[in-house]
Amino acid sequence: MTIDSMRATPRPGEAADPQFVQLLTPEGERVEHPDYPLDLTPDDVRDLYRDLVMVRRIDLEAVALTRQGELGIWASLLGQEAAQIGSGRAMNEHDMAFPTYREHGVAYCRGVDPLNLLGLFRGVNHGGWNPAEHGFHLYTIVIGSQTLHAAGYAMGIQRDGVLGTPGAGAAIAYFGDGATSQGDVNEAFVFASVFNAPVVFFCQNNQWAISEPLERQTRIPLYQRAQGFGFPGVRVDGNDVFACLAVTRAALAQARDGQGPSFVEAYTYRMGAHTTTDDPTRYRHKADEEAWKLKDPIERVRSYLVRNGLADAGFFDSVDADAKTAARALREACLSLPDPEPGAIFEHVYAEPHPLMTAEQEAFAAYLASFEEVTA
Amino acid sequence: MTAETLTLGKALNAGLRRAMEDDPKVLVMGEDVGRLGGVFRITDGLQKDFGAERVIDTPLAESGIVGTAIGLALRGYRPVCEIQFDGFVFPAADQIITQLAKMRMRSLGSVSLPITIRIPCGGGIGAVEHHSESPEAYFAHTAGLRVVACSNPVDAYAMLRQSIASDDPVIFFEPKRRYWEKAPVPLDGDFPSLHSAQVVQAGTDVTVLAYGPSVKTCLEAATAAASEGRSIEVIDLRSLNPLDLPTLAASVERTGRCVVVHEAPVFAGFGAELAARLTELCFYRLEAPILRVGGFSTPYPPSRLEDEYLPDLDRILDAVDRTFAW
Ligand SMILES: Cc1ncc(C[n+]2csc(CCOP(=O)(O)OP(=O)(O)O)c2C)c(N)n1
Ligand SMILES: [Mg+2]
Repeated sequence: MTIDSMRATPRPGEAADPQFVQLLTPEGERVEHPDYPLDLTPDDVRDLYRDLVMVRRIDLEAVALTRQGELGIWASLLGQEAAQIGSGRAMNEHDMAFPTYREHGVAYCRGVDPLNLLGLFRGVNHGGWNPAEHGFHLYTIVIGSQTLHAAGYAMGIQRDGVLGTPGAGAAIAYFGDGATSQGDVNEAFVFASVFNAPVVFFCQNNQWAISEPLERQTRIPLYQRAQGFGFPGVRVDGNDVFACLAVTRAALAQARDGQGPSFVEAYTYRMGAHTTTDDPTRYRHKADEEAWKLKDPIERVRSYLVRNGLADAGFFDSVDADAKTAARALREACLSLPDPEPGAIFEHVYAEPHPLMTAEQEAFAAYLASFEEVTA
Repeated sequence: MTAETLTLGKALNAGLRRAMEDDPKVLVMGEDVGRLGGVFRITDGLQKDFGAERVIDTPLAESGIVGTAIGLALRGYRPVCEIQFDGFVFPAADQIITQLAKMRMRSLGSVSLPITIRIPCGGGIGAVEHHSESPEAYFAHTAGLRVVACSNPVDAYAMLRQSIASDDPVIFFEPKRRYWEKAPVPLDGDFPSLHSAQVVQAGTDVTVLAYGPSVKTCLEAATAAASEGRSIEVIDLRSLNPLDLPTLAASVERTGRCVVVHEAPVFAGFGAELAARLTELCFYRLEAPILRVGGFSTPYPPSRLEDEYLPDLDRILDAVDRTFAW
């Protein structure tokens, strides 16, 4: 089968989908949607623009650091900034996100220092931030596992009796189009559904699971699967930060209000390689990437700001300068990240000291010390 | 006999290709195995040559891969499943342990499931979590599965063909950090039995047992020890289940000392089985207890620590020294 014969089938639901929520066109024109009113002040829009630029710049820096051998690997979010910033900014302080390994933009919204993300990909630790501090769980690499954690966390919120109160939060599970094939993800849908748990399933459909196109995971638009599980599903323009913000806000609000789970399919595109070790020229056409470039999530906000006279060159320059400064600081911090001490292998495996671990740790320390004696 | 110089990865590719040519019922299935040729390119070019009906890019679901492979096998096919990385076999653990391993017994022998599950395993490639694990003990512990681990291009080719030809399910471990090692690979002829261990370095003073990625490290240790006048015999297990105990015991009987090396954690690891069995068989000939060198009994560490975690030449020689100091 050639790339072309596979592409001959139109993507499910691609043409004229009535449920594609869009509030900002690729040209930067504001459009209304009856179900998703959105009032943003000029400051709000400028802030969103700044977020988008910042996370793209941070991501680019991480890619560069990987190329230079400073990180083992990096999963770029290029193209998915709007889906992540829109949904990330929709969360409140009580909400809890359950990310994959690509949610750098959401991490940014939740106040996780990007250096933590780099540390994971550099191999310094496995993440290590405190999820409760940020309302942002640890990165999960095993595809789909975290969706069940989100469902369970939501069941906990439900049992706390806070739904419908100002202290209510919801869980939001991030996952990809490929993940929708996993048993865990489908089980998460079932649990969330039958328990009416306050969880939003936020699927970034970036059209690819490494080399496998969407058609290999589904024959119907993904958001339509939700109906079969018994909760609402909606498809949103994943490159439209306004729409992602509005739709996720509504979904989270419903969940916090006790109205149960929902599914948001953010229709977007993975503009880069799957990770820095991947070579997409083996399986997809450059033309696809070019077509999606025209729908760039940042350009349209910029056009909107310009078109409405909400920002001038000075603003754009200052955002770029800030992003550059942040990237430089991040690079320097990454380069000076200390390697963990060998003893760290034995840490945090159990809550209490563990006899076997302690014995191995001591034996290993003595073994390492024996070399020092020799060289001394 | 034709031999071709191949990397271990290319030897696997050649083995798959040959098995597919020889038997139209052989299928390859897994994530990204088609057009991409797998993330390690082990299935490179197979879909182009054998078609998408036989080289199947599956949905992203490991339980699905193994579960449907069982169905295909029930229908007379001989699926070779690729699990992308060691740490991702666990969603399929249920299908492997409760179904694949037990179907023959459940059917009183009327059902065979000739399925090979290829799993790149082990660390040393600077990867993130779940990409460096050595889960062989879980599967060796599961009766009904055959479990093998190749360590070099020659075995990679021969053992993969033999595994695919097996009428029992085979868990086939591939040493991912050795994918780029090269050797002349005989493509035809008589191969040693799939479940035989091989003495890969003859020696007289101590027997070192290893499999998969650790074999090369042990050979390096043997070379280093030789320069200090100590003769290490290195045996490549090749098969974990069944286990070629006679070959192992004969060596330990001769040397009187034994060290087992693997990347997996030592505690309740495969080395424990070896130590127990060989102690029983060679008790009166042993000069020292059988020692084990392996990963620590911790989760696999972040990659900046993996050089400390993985058994290296020094730790192997240290254990060898300790068996002499006993
Ligand atoms: C259980 C499991 N199987 C396989 C993998 C290897 N893997 C990593 S990412 C990926 C594709 C994921 O695709 P998708 O869910 O669409 O997310 P995306 O990477 O596109 O963001 C695969 C197969 C894994 N991490 N976990
Ligand atoms: Mg995807």
